[in-house]
Amino acid sequence: MTTLATLFCPEGGHFALALACALAFMQGVLPLIGLRRADSPLTALARPLALSQCLALLFAWTCLIVASLGDDFSLKLIAETSAISKPWVYKIAGLWGNHEGSLLLWVTLLALWCAGLALLPGQNATRPERLPCRLRARLLALLGLVGAGFQLFCLTTSNPFLRLWPVPADGMGMNPLLQDPGLAVHPPLLYGGYVGFAVPFAFAISALLDGKTEALWARYMRPWVISAWALLTLGITLGSWWSYSVLGWGGYWFWDPVENAALIPWLTGTALLHSVLVVEKRNLLQGWCLLLAIATFAFSLSGTFLVRSGILNSVHAFANDPARGLFILGLLGLYGGGSLLLFAIRAPALPVPQTGFSPLSREGALLLNNILLCTLCAVVLTGTLYPPFMQLLFGRTLSVGKPFFDATTIPLTLPLLAVMGVSMALPWRQARADRLLPRLAPALLITAGAILPAFWLFPTPLAASTALLALWVISAALCDLALRLQALPKGDRQLHRLPRSLWAASLAHIGVGVTILGLCGMAGSQERLIEARPGTHATLAGRDWALTALTAHHGPNYEAVEAHLTIRQRDTHGPVLAELTPQIRLFPQQGQRTLHVAILHRPLEDLYAALGSVKEEHDPQGQGHYTAILRLHENPLASWIWLGGIIMALGGVLHLLPARRRLIHSAGKARA
Amino acid sequence: MKLTRRHLLAALPALGAAGLGAGFVRMLHGLNQGHFDPRAINTPLTGQPVPDFPTLSPLPDAPALPGLARENFQSLKQPVLLFIWASWCLPCVEEIPFIRQLATSLVNRTAPLALWGLCYKDQPASAARWLEQAGNPFTRLGMDQEGQAAIDWGVTGVPEAFLIMPAPQTGGRIVWHRTGGLTDALYQAHIRPHLEGTP
Repeated sequence: MTTLATLFCPEGGHFALALACALAFMQGVLPLIGLRRADSPLTALARPLALSQCLALLFAWTCLIVASLGDDFSLKLIAETSAISKPWVYKIAGLWGNHEGSLLLWVTLLALWCAGLALLPGQNATRPERLPCRLRARLLALLGLVGAGFQLFCLTTSNPFLRLWPVPADGMGMNPLLQDPGLAVHPPLLYGGYVGFAVPFAFAISALLDGKTEALWARYMRPWVISAWALLTLGITLGSWWSYSVLGWGGYWFWDPVENAALIPWLTGTALLHSVLVVEKRNLLQGWCLLLAIATFAFSLSGTFLVRSGILNSVHAFANDPARGLFILGLLGLYGGGSLLLFAIRAPALPVPQTGFSPLSREGALLLNNILLCTLCAVVLTGTLYPPFMQLLFGRTLSVGKPFFDATTIPLTLPLLAVMGVSMALPWRQARADRLLPRLAPALLITAGAILPAFWLFPTPLAASTALLALWVISAALCDLALRLQALPKGDRQLHRLPRSLWAASLAHIGVGVTILGLCGMAGSQERLIEARPGTHATLAGRDWALTALTAHHGPNYEAVEAHLTIRQRDTHGPVLAELTPQIRLFPQQGQRTLHVAILHRPLEDLYAALGSVKEEHDPQGQGHYTAILRLHENPLASWIWLGGIIMALGGVLHLLPARRRLIHSAGKARA
Repeated sequence: MKLTRRHLLAALPALGAAGLGAGFVRMLHGLNQGHFDPRAINTPLTGQPVPDFPTLSPLPDAPALPGLARENFQSLKQPVLLFIWASWCLPCVEEIPFIRQLATSLVNRTAPLALWGLCYKDQPASAARWLEQAGNPFTRLGMDQEGQAAIDWGVTGVPEAFLIMPAPQTGGRIVWHRTGGLTDALYQAHIRPHLEGTP
């Protein structure tokens, strides 16, 4: 252990970070010089430099993890966020729960994406669909320049390897709310998505530098867009799940600036995902697609970093430091502003396609999808930036919350869902209305049949109509799959014979539908706040909720009071549906109290209980009685929200799996 | 090169980003100078007379420190900085050195500012202990154990501060309010300008 600790000492990590920064800078500059001088050895340096930069950063992480597991409180970061009694999983996961560590995670994930790009086999004579080596060197160089800037930021203003003197005997511990398995994986996924959009960004800059796009650039770029999108989707899903199951107030989305900061690039990223298809298939919307690639990465950057500057008032309190803010803004101006300037200069000269454009076609639907998604994005952006700008310009303070976002985003989401259902059935170039209607008929029938039940089941007409549109999306995707299966030659009529991209798109659309259904269900959630002594019964959503006991409970680094609830079907004599044990946990180290929510997930509803507080009262005889304040929820379709997110991401993953060659082969035979 | 509509359209994103960027630079500058605070909230009371609030009793064992009542604001001779604080509040511990320093600096000035305190939902014993340890900067202190006066003042938490100017007709006018701890930068930016020109 001692030799290990010597090898991976914090100074080693600090040095590795500095080395990685230098390597990233070389990765950014040398291949560009090589490409300009047609010097292939210099160009070929891009790959080894990217790999060694990644190794250096992984070494830095190893040092940080060794220090954290060994409780080295001489490191400021570890003294401030860790403690001896913290479970070892969170000694690792807690490293990215603060400003410095999450920044190191950010640059390391960028290096990992670079390494992935470097390791991917390049184009050769037999595989022309692969990425050309020259383009790859260009991309690695651009990504190296991005990485170098942020590593410099990390080194100069947010160094995770700073020492602390005098060394405390124990750390201050981590915010107990963050000690949750979901939150341990949430930052890597979310950041993986944010950073992943750097690759499409590099594609766009490369195309703008050339003043023209390569013949297959949209095809090269697509897998990178999809993988970043899938990670971002999972990251947001997990974050929302955490706020539902850990924060304990029963909500899943706050419209907090930090959440919006993740939603904005997700919206533009989704638009990018769809416009790439139009560029690939029809060579239309090139300039638009380039702009989206730049905007998505710029939004990812601003989202991650504006929150840390203290400008946006958010519940996600990273240690705000205006001094860091200026450096961040400089980097944002350099990368975001610089690339938009490049776009302003070069985009007008991009070749204009002379092909016709019919509104009733796949590309027409995708264009409409792009317009709606970008309008949604603009609305969310406005709601997020309105308060600070109002204050700056007019000195007025105000807050923009759920009422604004509900009133603006729902009217935009409804047409988006309607278009989603139609788009899959539309062919490229020109659709014929007389052929379209029969294709859509089954899904239309299913949706029409559900009208009465929907208005009966959902609490408001708005929720019911939104749910109907979600059902329309799901049924349209399923019917489309069935119709395409039928169109296959008779002997080959098997599900796996369908093209993988079709499966991926259908799954992603079904995921959206499932999430929207979950949101509509949650509109009808019921809750009750009760004050109860053991033995008290309460009725909620046609169930009997009984508080049977209040007990003490000892955790590894907390003390807890546990309420035992028995939920019975119908009344006090009905069959037992669930036993829930919500807790109040007191973490003495931080002096912080957290609620540990108890949730029973059922297919169609969540039963959710939170213990708010427990107080002791004495009756005239001097006997103590404990009274608990409990919040009980019945949340219809709650888990569908996150299930849908997982299905969407699965669609993305499915798209990325390598196509089976046998399949391509047999498809070729069928065409012949 | 001829400028076309395409050029104009392609320049729009960059122009928008430049506008946003300029705004962010101003905000960061303001954050550093202390005159921009995204966490500030609008109390309905700013610019209005001191609200009606129940008379607050003083600390039991501190005869030199009178309590706080609505009438005290009617006969104001100088501006008052009213602090809402509690002994259980960590940010209050952080801001107390500044308030102490402010209290010392005010003693020798010709245009003094009175520092009054409102102790929010606190035990008298712990509040007294706290003042003893930190050194009492206040010349009046009201104990708001039920938190009723805090509601009348529109307080959302501790610490908060109000600047009240003398106004003979209405009995004190609130000219500035801050949620959160007070620092020297905030004092210089917001409170000093109000004090110029008062006798």
